[in-house]
Amino acid sequence: MPEGSIKDGIGASVRRKEDKRFLTGSGRYTADISRPGQLHVHFIRSDHAHAKIVSIDTAAAAKADGVVAIYTGDDVAADGIGGPICGWVVTNRDGSPTNEPPHPILAIDTVKYVGDHVVAVIAESLQQARDAAELVEIKYEVLSPVVDLASAADGVQIHENVPNNMYFDFELGDESAAEAALAEAATVVELEVRNNRLVPNAMEPRAALAEYDPIDEAYTLFTTSQNPHLTRLVIGAFMLSIPESKLRVVAPDVGGGFGSKIYVYPEEAVCTWVSKKLQRPIKWTADRSESFLADAHGRDHINKVRMALDADNRITGLRVDSVANIGSYLSAFSVVTPTILHAPLLSGCYKIPAIYTNVKGMATTTAPVDAYRGAGRPEATYLLERTMDAAARQVGMDPAEFRRMNFIPKDAFPYQTPVALQYDIGDYEPPLDKALEMIDYKGFEARRAEAAKRGKYRGIGLSSYIEACGIAPSAVAGALGARVGLYESATVRVDPTGTINVMTGTHSHGQGHDTTFAQIVADKLGVGIGQVQIIHGDSDKTPFGMGSYGSRSLAVGGAAIAKAVDKVIDKAKIIAAHLMEAADSDVVFADGKFTVAGTDNEKGFGDIALAAYVPHNYPHDRLEPGLEETAFYDPLNFTYPSGTHIAEVEIDPSTGVVQLVDWACCDDFGNLINPMIVEGQVHGGIAQGVGQALLENAAYDETGQLITASYMDYCMPRADDLPDFKVDYTVTACTHNDLGVKGCGEAGAIASPPALINAVINALAPLGITDMSMPASPEKVWRAINDATGAQAAE
Amino acid sequence: MTTVNITLNGKAVSADVPDNTLLVNFIRETMALTGTHVGCDTSQCGACIVHVNGESVKSCSMLAVSAEGAEVTTIEGIGSAESLHPMQQAFHENHGLQCGFCTPGMVMSAIELVEKNPSPSEQDIREGLEGNICRCTGYHNIVKSVQAGAQMMGE
Repeated sequence: MPEGSIKDGIGASVRRKEDKRFLTGSGRYTADISRPGQLHVHFIRSDHAHAKIVSIDTAAAAKADGVVAIYTGDDVAADGIGGPICGWVVTNRDGSPTNEPPHPILAIDTVKYVGDHVVAVIAESLQQARDAAELVEIKYEVLSPVVDLASAADGVQIHENVPNNMYFDFELGDESAAEAALAEAATVVELEVRNNRLVPNAMEPRAALAEYDPIDEAYTLFTTSQNPHLTRLVIGAFMLSIPESKLRVVAPDVGGGFGSKIYVYPEEAVCTWVSKKLQRPIKWTADRSESFLADAHGRDHINKVRMALDADNRITGLRVDSVANIGSYLSAFSVVTPTILHAPLLSGCYKIPAIYTNVKGMATTTAPVDAYRGAGRPEATYLLERTMDAAARQVGMDPAEFRRMNFIPKDAFPYQTPVALQYDIGDYEPPLDKALEMIDYKGFEARRAEAAKRGKYRGIGLSSYIEACGIAPSAVAGALGARVGLYESATVRVDPTGTINVMTGTHSHGQGHDTTFAQIVADKLGVGIGQVQIIHGDSDKTPFGMGSYGSRSLAVGGAAIAKAVDKVIDKAKIIAAHLMEAADSDVVFADGKFTVAGTDNEKGFGDIALAAYVPHNYPHDRLEPGLEETAFYDPLNFTYPSGTHIAEVEIDPSTGVVQLVDWACCDDFGNLINPMIVEGQVHGGIAQGVGQALLENAAYDETGQLITASYMDYCMPRADDLPDFKVDYTVTACTHNDLGVKGCGEAGAIASPPALINAVINALAPLGITDMSMPASPEKVWRAINDATGAQAAE
Repeated sequence: MTTVNITLNGKAVSADVPDNTLLVNFIRETMALTGTHVGCDTSQCGACIVHVNGESVKSCSMLAVSAEGAEVTTIEGIGSAESLHPMQQAFHENHGLQCGFCTPGMVMSAIELVEKNPSPSEQDIREGLEGNICRCTGYHNIVKSVQAGAQMMGE
C-alpha cells in the first residue's frame, strides 16, 4: 500500500467529513425539502397482479376537499409521455434482440403487477390526496397472473411483443466444449439452486419533489437517485421531451441505495410532468409499503448446475442453465444483471477450461426485478460456491483444499477465462489461508464436538469469490448492448486561496466519498483534507457522470479525480517554473511544494494558485489563467476483487434457529484509501448477505399478491441477528488504474450467502442433509432436521 | 384541530394541528425539524425515535396531542456541530453511520439505553437496538460506537 504523505492522505482511516450533519439531524434528504405552494401526489396502485382496466371514475374524487387534479393513463397517452427505458439489452441466442415492451408511467389498458401505478391524485395536502383516492372507482377485469418463475413460459402472455413471456434468451461460452467435458468427466456434480427474491430496503424511502419555473421554462427535480445525470437524461430525452439544459436533477443526501435508486421510476417522472401542468411544485414520498411493492426487487433466479471433474478432482467443465425473473417491465439494468453481470463470473476464482451458460429472462406479473447490491455476481457466486462444496463432499475432499487445488495460480495472470473476462491480477491462496487462520479452521472439529454436547449442530462454510466491478471499457460495454458509456468525470477547481472543490459525477449515499475522495486529492496535492470539498449529486454543478453503482465510484470516479489532479499539477508546474525562472523539467512537486531540483528555490501550492488567478507575472504565452481541470476516465477493464469468507453457525434442533456465531473474511480490494470506510462496506455487505441467506424473502402468493410487504412480514437483519465480523485484507494492486484500487461495496453481499448456506449444510451433514434453500428460516431448518432424523430413526 | 403545547428541545412550542397528526409529522412538518426520519409505516424501523419525558418513543406511533405538556427531545436537541453529545462523538469516531438515515433514531435509542444501563455488554446493546433497523453498517460499528459512547457518557 502506498504510504500516505500526510496523516489524512491515502491509506489513513480518516474519520468521515460528512458525519456531523447526519449525527446532528442536519442531513438534507429529499423528503426534508419543501417548497412554498407545493402539492402532494398520492398514487393509486393496482391491487391486482394482472387485469384489464375497464373504467376509471374520478368524478367524486375530483370534487373532494383539496383536490387539484387527477391523472390517469389516458392523460399520459394524450401528452405522449414516454416510459422508463431499458439501459442495456442483449442479443438472443438466435441473433434476435431483447423483446422490449412499453412501460407507461400510469397504466394504459392493463395493470401488470400489484403496485403498478394507475392514478395520480394531486391535492393540497397528502392526507387530502389519500382521502380522495378512496373515492376513485376503478373497474378491473381480472386476468390470469403469472407468478411462478419456473412455469412462466406456459402462463398467459403478459406483453404483446414478448412471446412465451421471455424477454431474452442469452448464452455465453462454448456449449460443445462444456458438454464434452461433462461427457468425459470422472465425476459430474449436479445441483439446482434458487436465488431468493429480495427487496433492497434502503432505509430512506424513495421521494421526489419537482418544480417548474415558467420564466426560465426550466424544471428542478429533487430525487432519491444514485445517478442524477442519468435520471436527467432519461426523463428529459426519453420520457418528457425536456431539453437536458432545462432540467436540473438534484440528488441531495440519499439514505442508501443498494441499486434500487439507480433507475428512473414512474413517480419522479409524474411529479416532473405535472409540475408544469399545474405550475406548482409536486411532492411525493413513498411509504414503506409502496417501497416494497414498487421499488425494483433483486435476485430471483433458478440455476441448474452441472460441473465436471477429472480423476484428480480438477474442474474440467461447467454448464449452468438459468431462468431469471425480470418481472412485469424491463427496468434499466434488468437485462444486463442476469446476463453480462452474471455469466462472465461463472469461472469464479477457478481454472475451468470449458464453460457454457444459458439464461432466459422471464416476464411475470410481479414487480420489476433489477440490480441489487452485487447484481448478478451474487447469483453466480452462490451457485458456484454451493457447487464447490457439493463437489468437495461428493469426492470426499476438504472444501478448502478442493478450492485451493482448483484456484487460478498466481503466476497465471493476466488470466483469460472462457467466459469473456480477462482477470488482470489476483492471488487467491493468501486470503484463503488468512481467513482459515482467523476462524481457527483447524480447531473447528473440537468446537463441533463441544457444541454437540450442548445439543447443538455446529457447522462451518466457505466461500471464495471473485467479482468484477468498476465496469467497464465503454467500447466493450457498447458492443455488449450497453446504451450508455461507463466512464466517470471529475472537475478539480483550485480557488485563488488554494482551497479545492472537486465536482464528481459519482454519487455518495453512505459510501463516504466526501472523505475518501478528499483523501486522494489531499494526498496528491500535499494539503489537508479540510481544504478539499467534494461536490456531487447536482446536474447543474457537476460534469456529466454515470453515478454510483457496481462498486465503481473509487475505481472509476476516483481514477477520474486522480487524473484531473494530475492535470492541475502539470499546469501548476509550468506556472512554478515561470515564477522561479527555471525549466519545466527541473521543477519537482512533492509535499505540497514546487522546488527547483538541486536548489532551495521553492513555491507553495497556494502561491501557484494565487499566481494562476492574479496572473501579473504569468506565462501567458503558454497557459490560460486559472487552475481548474476536468478529466473523464474510461476504465480499461473491470477490477477484480476477490477473497474468502467463512461462516460458522450453530443450529438448535428444537427450534431450527440458525445462530451465526462467527465470521472471518479476508478480501483483496487492491490498495485501500480509507481502511475504516472499506471495513464498513464489508460489514454492511455481509449483513445483507446474511439477510438473504437466513432471513429475507420477497414472497408472492399464487394470485400475485406480495405477502411480505412490510417489516412485520419481511425479516430484516437486526443487531441481535449478527455477530462481530473479523475482517482482514491482502493486496494485489489493480494493474490498470493509477490508484491500484478495486471496488469494495458489493463484495460482502456477493461472498456471504454461500458461506452461510454451506455452513448450515455442513452443520446438518451428519444427518445426511445435503441441500438447504435460502432463506434458511427456522421452520425450513426445523423441518429438514425432523425429516432427516425421522428417516434415520426409520432405518 | 387541537392546540398542542410541548417543550421541544428545551423550548416551549405551540401549534394547532388536526387531531390525527402523528408526533413525527408535528416535529418534521409543523416544527420543521427534519432530523427525525420516517423509514416505515409499521413502527418497526426506529428512524423516528425521539425522547418523550426521557423515554425513547417511536414518534410515528404517538399522536401529537398525546404529547401535550411533555418534554420532547429530538436529535437536534442533544448536541450541536460545535459540541457533539458523547454518543454522537462515539458514532463519529467508530464509523457507526454510513448513509445517515437511521442514525438519528439509532443515537436517540443508544442514549436512552446507556442512561438506563451505564455499562452495557455487547449482547445488551444488540438486544437494546433491536427496534432500530440499519441497512448499511451491519451493526458492527454501531455496537462499537455505543460501547464507546457509554464509556464517554460515564466520564
